[in-house]
Amino acid sequence: MMASVAATLTQSEEAGRFIFAAAGQWLVATAAEIDRRLGSLQLPTGKRVTLDLAGIDRLDTAGAWLLLRTEHDLATRGNAVEMRNLRPNFAPLLDQVRAGGMVSPAPHPRPAHHTISGFLARIGEVSLGLVARAYSLLSFFGLICITIGGLLLRPYRLKLTPLVAQIEQTGVNALPIVGLLSFLIGVVLAYQGADQLRRFGAEIYTVNLLGAGILRELGVLMAAIIIAGRSGSAFTAQIGTMRVNEEIDALRTIGLDPIEVLVIPRLFGLMLTLPMLTLCANVLGLVGGCLMAWASLGITAPQFLRQLQASLYAWTFWIGLIKAPFFAFIIALTGCYEGFQVARSAESVGRLTTLSVVEAIFLVIVADAGFSIVFSMLRI
Amino acid sequence: MAKQAVEAIIRVRGLVNRFGAETVHDGLDLDVVRGEVLGVVGGSGSGKSVLLRTIVGLNRPAAGQVEVFGRDLLEMSDRQRRVLENRWGVLFQDGALFSSLTVAQNIEVPLKEYYGRIPLRLMDEISAVKVGMVGLPEDAGQKYPSQLSGGMRKRAGLARALALDPEIVFLDEPTAGLDPIAAGGFDELIRDLKGSLGLTVFMVTHDLDSLFAICDRVAVLIDKKLRVGTLEQLLKDDHPWIHAYFHGPRGRTAQQGDANAPAKSKRTPAPA
Repeated sequence: MMASVAATLTQSEEAGRFIFAAAGQWLVATAAEIDRRLGSLQLPTGKRVTLDLAGIDRLDTAGAWLLLRTEHDLATRGNAVEMRNLRPNFAPLLDQVRAGGMVSPAPHPRPAHHTISGFLARIGEVSLGLVARAYSLLSFFGLICITIGGLLLRPYRLKLTPLVAQIEQTGVNALPIVGLLSFLIGVVLAYQGADQLRRFGAEIYTVNLLGAGILRELGVLMAAIIIAGRSGSAFTAQIGTMRVNEEIDALRTIGLDPIEVLVIPRLFGLMLTLPMLTLCANVLGLVGGCLMAWASLGITAPQFLRQLQASLYAWTFWIGLIKAPFFAFIIALTGCYEGFQVARSAESVGRLTTLSVVEAIFLVIVADAGFSIVFSMLRI
Repeated sequence: MAKQAVEAIIRVRGLVNRFGAETVHDGLDLDVVRGEVLGVVGGSGSGKSVLLRTIVGLNRPAAGQVEVFGRDLLEMSDRQRRVLENRWGVLFQDGALFSSLTVAQNIEVPLKEYYGRIPLRLMDEISAVKVGMVGLPEDAGQKYPSQLSGGMRKRAGLARALALDPEIVFLDEPTAGLDPIAAGGFDELIRDLKGSLGLTVFMVTHDLDSLFAICDRVAVLIDKKLRVGTLEQLLKDDHPWIHAYFHGPRGRTAQQGDANAPAKSKRTPAPA
């Protein structure tokens, strides 16, 4: 800002007495300059030293600190230090800073060194952390199962209004984005399939590719991933913010079970909506594929449908749909779990929201792989 | 900076603030004199914090003029405003410390922004000096805001507000949520700092004890305007709200507390 403001420090000696004359503007703006000059001074030892402050025009906390630090440095070298000619209006400031004591700031916590042992330690830490997380996620799963068990015994405790609100938020409001993206995936898949299969003169099998690909895998996976990003993150942020505001504690003191009030409607809501979203994604994916097949291969809609009908059997459709509630359960579980992990700071809400999305998508894909193994063993 | 002794460091004219259909300020005028402690009081929702936010430029008014250091804030470009911003500090209600940084790092944020050439070691020393000045223990600098109590967070927030040795500090309810002893300590701290740093203090408060202990003048937000005066003048004011405010049970206790110990800022605990 004010680069030109000057502060000076001159050193002189008369009759065995060292005199440091400080002058000019001793401000935070000039602190870097003063500090550099102080560092280059040869401080005497065991002498009588005077700090002459007559020339100081302006002084702020940083300047006052530099004066006091110089005085302290001189004193620790066995000098008899005397400050003089300080303008009276600066005296209270100097006293105020002096009252804070001689500070010797500890270094900031800096990241650990990038050594091999540090690297190994980090791997160990992360691994142990993962195990601990898995364990605590599992206990949360158990807690939810117990709550659901309790609700089965007393179903009247299940509140319908929040459930419907969740269905609207996670289902109805997500329809446009899920539909649009599935449509586009259908278009892309048809284009790529057509491009490859045309080389073998097997263009018509693009329809088979689309049918199996979208109905078995892509429809449900796309819906789940979008919902993990859209609703799983919202769950974490909502519950996490409630934790920061002590709203969860307030629920407990009123005698309400946070799991029952917050988690169950989200869980059931998502388990109901994700299959429906999957259905919608399947239909729109096929529509996109049909459109592209017509545009690039000239396969008309009736041809497309006939081929689709011939290539599919009922299980192809159900395999995709069966997975939806499981994926919904995973997304809601991780979303709510991470929400409850929020510490009482806004920063952790952001961190855990990101984490919850990553974890949910990861677990959904792992579960999808698991389903594939099971289905291949069942030969469906 | 060296103008005449009595100058209005903050000058607000004809301020109008509206939120939707609701008018919060309607033609509000205010002068804050250099070197004074001005307390702003008013009922909940009367727009005290909005006034503070408007003066520091966080809220753009519907109409009116806001001058700080004799320059019109609303006419200014962002760059010009940045130059002014390092001449004031703001303490928000709960400190508003950056939660991902330690207290020392919080204090260094404005230092690094405006005076990045200062070597790290000196930067650490300056932040430690500020930590000491606001009466925090030395090890507080290494702590994160979540590890501090409410009172310590406010002191840390004040330390950050004071990082650049500003000429004005804005305090938004500095003593709210503190116990009476901590609140009294905070009042004393502000008075000491005002004496040593020559601060001008603009303080929004609900705390009657603070008003009597440290404020030179008091501005009452009433009927969308300000009524400014010394405490003696306002005590004689017969507006019903002002009368109820100063002559209610709490007001009387605070006055007595002030009369009993005028020299030292001894406080009577507010009645429960």
